[in-house]
Amino acid sequence: MSLSRFPIQEVTMASDADTLKATELPDASPQAAVFELRDLEVHYGAFRAVREVNLTLRKREITAFIGPSGCGKTTVLRCLNRMNDVIPSARVGGKVLYHGVDLYGPNVSATEVRRRIGMVFQRPNPFPKSIYDNVAFGPKVNGVRSKSELDGIVEESLKGAALWDEVKSRLNSSALGMSGGQQQRLCIARAIAVQPEVILMDEPCSALDPIATARIEDLMQEIKDRYTIVIVTHNMQQAARVSDRTAFFTTEVNPDSDRRTGVLVEFDQTPTIFSTPSDERTEAYVTGRFG
Amino acid sequence: MTLEMTTPPTEPDTDLSHALEGSGGAADRSFKGLAYAAATMVLVVLGLITYTMASRSTEALRHMGLDFFTSRRWNPPEQFYGILSFIWGTVYTSVIALLLAVPVSLGIALYITEVAPRWLKRAMIYVIDLLAVVPSVVFGLWGILVLAPNIVGLYGWLSRRFDGWPILGTIFGPNPQGRSFFTAGIILAVMITPIIVSLAREVVETTPQFEKEAALALGATRWEMISGAVLPHSKGGLVGAVMLGLGRAMGETIAVALVIGSATGQITLNALTSGNSMPAAITAEWGEADALKKSALIAMAMTLFVMTIVVNMVATSVVNRSMKKTRGTL
Amino acid sequence: MSATIVDTPTERPQLETKRTWRSTKSLIMVALMFLSFLIILVPLVLVIGTVLAKGAGVVFRDFPKWFTEDIPIRTRQKGPGMAPAVVGTVVITAAASALAIPLGILGAIYLNEYGKQSRTARVVRFLAIVMTGVPSIVMGLFVYVIFTLRFGLSGLGGALALACLMLPVVIRSTEEMLRLVPDHLREASYALGTRKGRTIATVVLPTALPGVVSGSLLAVARAAGETAPLLFTIGIVSKSNWNVLSGPNTTLSYQIFRNATQVLPGPQERGWGAALTLVAITFIFTVVARMVANRFQRRRG
Repeated sequence: MSLSRFPIQEVTMASDADTLKATELPDASPQAAVFELRDLEVHYGAFRAVREVNLTLRKREITAFIGPSGCGKTTVLRCLNRMNDVIPSARVGGKVLYHGVDLYGPNVSATEVRRRIGMVFQRPNPFPKSIYDNVAFGPKVNGVRSKSELDGIVEESLKGAALWDEVKSRLNSSALGMSGGQQQRLCIARAIAVQPEVILMDEPCSALDPIATARIEDLMQEIKDRYTIVIVTHNMQQAARVSDRTAFFTTEVNPDSDRRTGVLVEFDQTPTIFSTPSDERTEAYVTGRFG
Repeated sequence: MTLEMTTPPTEPDTDLSHALEGSGGAADRSFKGLAYAAATMVLVVLGLITYTMASRSTEALRHMGLDFFTSRRWNPPEQFYGILSFIWGTVYTSVIALLLAVPVSLGIALYITEVAPRWLKRAMIYVIDLLAVVPSVVFGLWGILVLAPNIVGLYGWLSRRFDGWPILGTIFGPNPQGRSFFTAGIILAVMITPIIVSLAREVVETTPQFEKEAALALGATRWEMISGAVLPHSKGGLVGAVMLGLGRAMGETIAVALVIGSATGQITLNALTSGNSMPAAITAEWGEADALKKSALIAMAMTLFVMTIVVNMVATSVVNRSMKKTRGTL
Repeated sequence: MSATIVDTPTERPQLETKRTWRSTKSLIMVALMFLSFLIILVPLVLVIGTVLAKGAGVVFRDFPKWFTEDIPIRTRQKGPGMAPAVVGTVVITAAASALAIPLGILGAIYLNEYGKQSRTARVVRFLAIVMTGVPSIVMGLFVYVIFTLRFGLSGLGGALALACLMLPVVIRSTEEMLRLVPDHLREASYALGTRKGRTIATVVLPTALPGVVSGSLLAVARAAGETAPLLFTIGIVSKSNWNVLSGPNTTLSYQIFRNATQVLPGPQERGWGAALTLVAITFIFTVVARMVANRFQRRRG
């Protein structure tokens, strides 16, 4: 499996999406696995937040993580791009395989991982810079210098986030002057600008009003054919609307310490999870009996 | 825990795993190293100060022995250096400064935080900052050319008025001088007020709203709320603020040097006579000092250094502890 | 006939402010607090007023002369001329800032971004606070011993001493500003594949910059006003010396100090003039620092 489509030093302008659609590479099939989690567990200090997660995430699908609060879904999500490194007490056990490569292996650079696996956060967090500079930030870090190239990338990314028409005349104005929904779409554009393979979304709509939420959900459907998306959401209806597969997590009380540890209960195609779940805990959650 | 078994487990991709190793962490690491080095400069400089000052002091200390600290006689011609009168001067002027500055500073700080409406608060803070900005040498200039000559009259009146009184008579003693302990104390008080005010404000502002409201809800007057809720809560921090002001007063050189009168050997409670303080003495005696005298002056600076460091360290931990305690409850 | 129960209070509830001892006492205490403010206003007004009144004359007489003429060698001479001191203040303060500000910012970056709560960081943080309390005269003597004795009197010696005074101040205020930059901005940058050092340089520092600049300007203003450390390290001159690295120098603060002990009106007047100049310089720096800080607040809000 040649992955020369992910150049390290430069971000090429050739639209990878077109290339992918045109050629029939073996891994273009939607069944190909991007991530494999094997017995993943995460500790914060002595506290075990999540245990024994086994999961396969597939290419160009939207996978949703749902479950009550504290069940570890965000923790698992952040393992996928090594963002848990930022928390000093966090320890990751088990394996996180990205196209077969263990992301927590000894020689793997977190920076390189994050260039391929992007993230959108719960609260929109644009830099206090202009709209242009926000989107251009990632490519600049990756070595793109030429202004014309950057201009092109910024335009493509903003179009990809369905934001271009609204901001094209004020690219140099501060990003903080936009509404919450626009800011979040800017963050998506910013993430797209580095041409990741995967986009992780941590409750991206929880700080937004329903209209902004709907726009982002539409956006997710639009970009699904170019990116693999994993979304954490506490909104079950959203998961049902948007995702192809859903993973349901819950908490189990540890009898000795009385702390709650997150576990993966069930992982299946979304329609199945919501209409004929196999586990009664899943059923209780999706029918609203708890959570 | 259902897993879809339609795809076989993937083989590790060697191209990808090479790519993921990345490169160019060197610049990042050297930046971190640079930042670390800069931070440790603080340790280096403090250590160097301690070492060099201590080593340069030994000559004089060996020459004088314990007399250095216990004798009030400072006589360069016979190479006799006793700094007790200078220590006294430093302590006495600082005490006077605190006595004058603390009630005023606390009053201002409390007024700003608890009473003043927003516009007045901003104006008052501005004024206090203005006071903090004036260089100490300008205070000294004003002190020696304006305050000292004009206040002698007042000193004379005080001296006559309290003649024969038990405590006040000694403090406002005979032979009042314009350039004296008291004048130095006044100038110091003006200079340390902004420091105490700003720190006291920070401390007082951490009083939890609900404690203040609880007092008011019980029908307390504004002053009762302050003395009953705010002050007890801020006690520790206020002590720390005052101590930091003390540290500053002890170390102030120029303004004191100009208005204290540069009289050696004076250990007296008479605040109206001239005297000297450690930093002022160093300034005055430095010119044309031979090696031994320089060593003595450096030893005096070292003594001052130790005294102020101790006061500052204690003050800082007192303030830190009180802030931590209150921030924890917020 | 139904008995209607009418609730008539027997007396009106007394809610007006009672003039009791307690409320009077409260008023008195508040008045006293306000009085303290007035008390501190007196020296402030007197000092600044006197500086203005006595200094304006010599500074503005034959206007540019104050800034262009050398200090009269014959001290008793009357009239303007403070150029060497102005030059000295400018170059020495600039040199001290060039040393202390970059070091201070880097040190604060270590404390807030790398060290955080580690042992070293906590020690450095504590010692930085301690260091702000070191008397300026001690710094002056320190630099005298390690530098001036070896390399002679020069502006650089003074700059070193001032830099030692400025360093902990810059570190502390910069660290405060860096701490205000929210973590989610750093995370956004990491998530794009940016290394920590680059994140600090391109996201954290620019976000904190106005506050950092403001803090540094305040440190510069304080350094410009310092006298004691210069007494032992820079010597004295009557002609302008632009070379900070060699040769003795003088500053406004030093000149004020010297002229304060002079008896004759000529030098005394120059002392007031130098005081006016120095106060004006520090004042301008402080005002600019406040303006920059306000822009910082508005941006973040």
